[in-house]
Amino acid sequence: MSDVVKVAIIGSGPAGLSAAARAGQLGMSHVLLEKTDHLSDTIFKYQKGKRVLATPERLDLRSDCRFAEGAREYILGNWDEDAANNKVNVVKHADVAEVTGEKGAFAIRTAKGDVYHAETIVLAIGTQGNPNRMRCGGADLPHIIYQVDDPEDFKDKHITVVGSGDAGIENALGVAEEALENTVTILNRSKDFARAKAKNVSDMMEAGENGFLSIRTETQPKLVEPGWLTLETPNGDEKIECDVIVARLGSVAPRGFVESMGIEFTGPDREAFPKLSPTFESTVPGIFVIGALAGYPLIKHCMNQGYDVVEFINGNTSLTPADEKDLAAIFAGLPQQKSVTEWLDYLRERVRIFADVSPLQMREFMLDSKVAFYRKGEVVFEKGDPGSSLFAIADGHAEVEVAPGVTVPIEQGSIFGEVGLISGRKRGATIRAGADSIFVEVSRTAALKLMGSVPGAKRAINRISLERQLLQIFKGGLTVEDLGPVVDVAEVERIPAGKVVVAEGEQGDDVYVIRSGSMVVEKDIGGKPIFLRYLPAGSFFGEMGVLSGAPRNATVKAAVGSEVIKLTGESFRKMLAARPQVREATEAAVAERAQMNSFIESRKASYSSAVDLYSDTAGFIMKEGLGEATDALLIDENLCVGCDNCEKACADSHEGLSRLDREAGKTFAHLHVPTSCRHCEHPHCMADCPPNVIHRGPDGEVFMEPGCIGCGNCMRNCPYGVIRMEAAPPEKPSLLRWLLTGFGPGPGEPSPKWTKKKLGDEKPKKIAVKCDMCKGIAGGPACVRACPTGAAIRVSPEEFLSIARLQEDAG
Amino acid sequence: MASLFQRRRSKATQTERVRERRHEGFLRYANFRWAKISGGLCLLIIVSYALIDVTPRPSGGTWYGYTLGTIGALLILWLTALGYRKRKMTSDYWSLKAWTSAHVYLGLSLIVIGTWHTGFQLGWNVHTLAWVLMMLVILSGLYGVTVYATLPAALSNNRDEMTQMQMLEAIRAFDRQLHAAAQPLTPEDTAPVLAALDEDPFAGGIMARLSGRYPRCATAAALGALRLSRSSGAEAREKVVGLLSQKEAALARLRQHLRIRALLEVWLYVHVPLTFALIAALSAHIISVFFYW
Repeated sequence: MSDVVKVAIIGSGPAGLSAAARAGQLGMSHVLLEKTDHLSDTIFKYQKGKRVLATPERLDLRSDCRFAEGAREYILGNWDEDAANNKVNVVKHADVAEVTGEKGAFAIRTAKGDVYHAETIVLAIGTQGNPNRMRCGGADLPHIIYQVDDPEDFKDKHITVVGSGDAGIENALGVAEEALENTVTILNRSKDFARAKAKNVSDMMEAGENGFLSIRTETQPKLVEPGWLTLETPNGDEKIECDVIVARLGSVAPRGFVESMGIEFTGPDREAFPKLSPTFESTVPGIFVIGALAGYPLIKHCMNQGYDVVEFINGNTSLTPADEKDLAAIFAGLPQQKSVTEWLDYLRERVRIFADVSPLQMREFMLDSKVAFYRKGEVVFEKGDPGSSLFAIADGHAEVEVAPGVTVPIEQGSIFGEVGLISGRKRGATIRAGADSIFVEVSRTAALKLMGSVPGAKRAINRISLERQLLQIFKGGLTVEDLGPVVDVAEVERIPAGKVVVAEGEQGDDVYVIRSGSMVVEKDIGGKPIFLRYLPAGSFFGEMGVLSGAPRNATVKAAVGSEVIKLTGESFRKMLAARPQVREATEAAVAERAQMNSFIESRKASYSSAVDLYSDTAGFIMKEGLGEATDALLIDENLCVGCDNCEKACADSHEGLSRLDREAGKTFAHLHVPTSCRHCEHPHCMADCPPNVIHRGPDGEVFMEPGCIGCGNCMRNCPYGVIRMEAAPPEKPSLLRWLLTGFGPGPGEPSPKWTKKKLGDEKPKKIAVKCDMCKGIAGGPACVRACPTGAAIRVSPEEFLSIARLQEDAG
Repeated sequence: MASLFQRRRSKATQTERVRERRHEGFLRYANFRWAKISGGLCLLIIVSYALIDVTPRPSGGTWYGYTLGTIGALLILWLTALGYRKRKMTSDYWSLKAWTSAHVYLGLSLIVIGTWHTGFQLGWNVHTLAWVLMMLVILSGLYGVTVYATLPAALSNNRDEMTQMQMLEAIRAFDRQLHAAAQPLTPEDTAPVLAALDEDPFAGGIMARLSGRYPRCATAAALGALRLSRSSGAEAREKVVGLLSQKEAALARLRQHLRIRALLEVWLYVHVPLTFALIAALSAHIISVFFYW
């Protein structure tokens, strides 16, 4: 293998295969290295018959391989044909172990010891990494699998799970589901399950006690044979029946391998990607990175990049990316006429946060963004509007209405709307165009990605947002210059849920601004912490200490994981001294709070039980994670008759599936928090959605637009278990028909049995299903409307825990 | 600052129609709006009945009687529509709680509307049958209101954050453990345990469900038998007795749960069929009045 090829492509997924096919078409000498015995291992490992979706729809496919929505088999079959038709030179079982050399003369050594020489390298290895394999005899038998896509694929089997991390335990619990009638054994090499989460371990132990699975510690596999597995146990070898082995022994992330070639990443975090040029070239000349590893998890992106990168390597400099027409459409509405590249350069030159962004990243961000021209005086958004996007001023300037009639200009090159970006709350002020202007609106996801991958942008956004937040809070009378010294010494601190930030009785004069998350204020009254108030993001605390110099008079702790900005007392005091009117306003706020505190204290003496109940209820609500909720379903079990009409209404308002489980969930003093979406301030479900279809809507609702690919990330990321992976059931007969003839399943979610009978052999794709707060339904949330007794309401924590409630209760 | 935030919120709430900060039951809905309307209606009828002198004597056949009869009949049909409203999830704004509240109070007002409509002339005929059925429907409804007001808290206390599925699952888990633990027992001790394992938690019939008493409970029987028995090894027997008493507690919780739910639902099996009987009798009453009077 001493021939030097023009390009070696590592990884035969959609990106690598598409690159190789282009090289084949161009007649370029190439080699496609694949570690397994088949192409595209990630998709190969999907469960049988799984539908693969072709999102985003608006993006055109540019590849010599075909790709359209279809079943896994159909897509893989197409690709095998396309690889042959395009004369792709593929080498299977070529697991690359090491890359040496430089541009023009790379040497690629595989695990088997073969060496390939190439002028350039295209890395398309994805992000899955290599699962650690079993090391005993028979480890290459086909009934050893490394992931479980759908536990329901296994019925009445003897299954052994090797590995006792979270993945292993979750898989074991999945296949041990009683209805599947599997005989499940989980093996652990050591005595305890130290690597797994406590919750998983206790679930597994419980399942073990209940006889759903057998847990074998200090045991490891010794020999794998078809149908049988020999175990090495403390009491000697033992042979057990075994049809399937699920090996979850961890995996090696590809980052180490990539870095070993000298490729730099954008940062140390897990989300960082390799630094790339507009032609996908990494920091090592001659090595190109495409696909999921480059930060593009969708198949169509990957395939287009494969095509493009080979064109670039082939010297095609005039190639415009496949997204050119989409970008052109984004710029189409602007008054000036420029080419896409000119527009991109224009924005990069003129907007501070785009300064450090590479042209390639710029294209990506613009695809998720809008650019619009605003006439002088036109309103961009109103105070109280929902919205979490970030605006950048490319031309002209903006005017912020800080108080009625008082406006503050924001100059060209700066940004606005960043508060929504950070706290996810509604807009804090009205913004108008101060002159004829061009504003860029970047979606929240794109902006977060920008901050994650471009440190310069992150710094600029953080500084501006901090200044703005302070201006907002101490409205009027302050300028950015006044804030300079305060912001210079400000620090952002991350506070885990439950951690105390300010303790009652302590000396201290730092002032804190809640940037994200929320806090609760408690005071020790009669030896018991009494809940005083809930502070949502955007509030500040600690100012009493600065003004009076007295010790802290209440404890403030994080209700959920939060971020606060710490301002030193000294700089804050100086700022107040310079601006007496701000001092007055702050003192007024302090007086208001002090009044509320003394009200609760006075009530505590006479209506102790009402105050205790209020305080305990608040504690319960915070413990249930409602501190990060913006709108949660709360059920009063003094009123709930258990008719489940809420669930039925939910299902009937949304293609037949209920998004809430009334009975499940915690209860305190007859206040029940059912399993139902709380529309978190920082939705965990949004964190990792490959097709980016989870958004926050106009009423604050977190909803999913069509386009879910069914990956289940959101379901796993939701700490409250409110997202289901389910396929919509078929249409039911009408309500009148059911009422009159009894035909059909009636109101609510149809039984799985009915659905199955109706569908026959068809197995529709399961996608994520979550509460959308009845978005688009004029009457509002169906669960609340359909409650016959008034047991169900939807509220935000600050509404529910209002002081008015205590006043009513305490009389 | 917190005050800033409240202001922002209150703006948001103006645009949202269903926005309650506190729980408010159907009886108290809108500060007893329907109780007041219904009470006022009854008062109006009673007073006007006393003041208006209809000839020859007050009865359903006078203009006054017809008026009350028409109001009553229409009201009955409207009250029946609650069953449809409850199940038809249209997208426009309505609150089932408001409907329930109106249903309860206006339903009660039928006592006055219906009775005063008769002019207190009751007898053994189809007309009085309709009145009797109406009173029975109202009576069953009163039971419903009473249990809706009193039982939910007990249901909540009893289930103690467990769902019905979890209660069943707990019983099944004890059964599996019992199955294993009973292996060392003598056949004589095994028999009652096996009977307990075979027991269907839902069996027992409607009376047992409503009373919560299960005199032929196999688990209780097995527990009694094993406590007295001396035939198996003490250790194994104690383990089984322990499991049986845990299962008995789990069963008791489930049965109490089922009992409260049954009490909350059972009246509907009277209320709804009687309503249809009432509508049938009412139709007969109206037809006979118009055709044969």
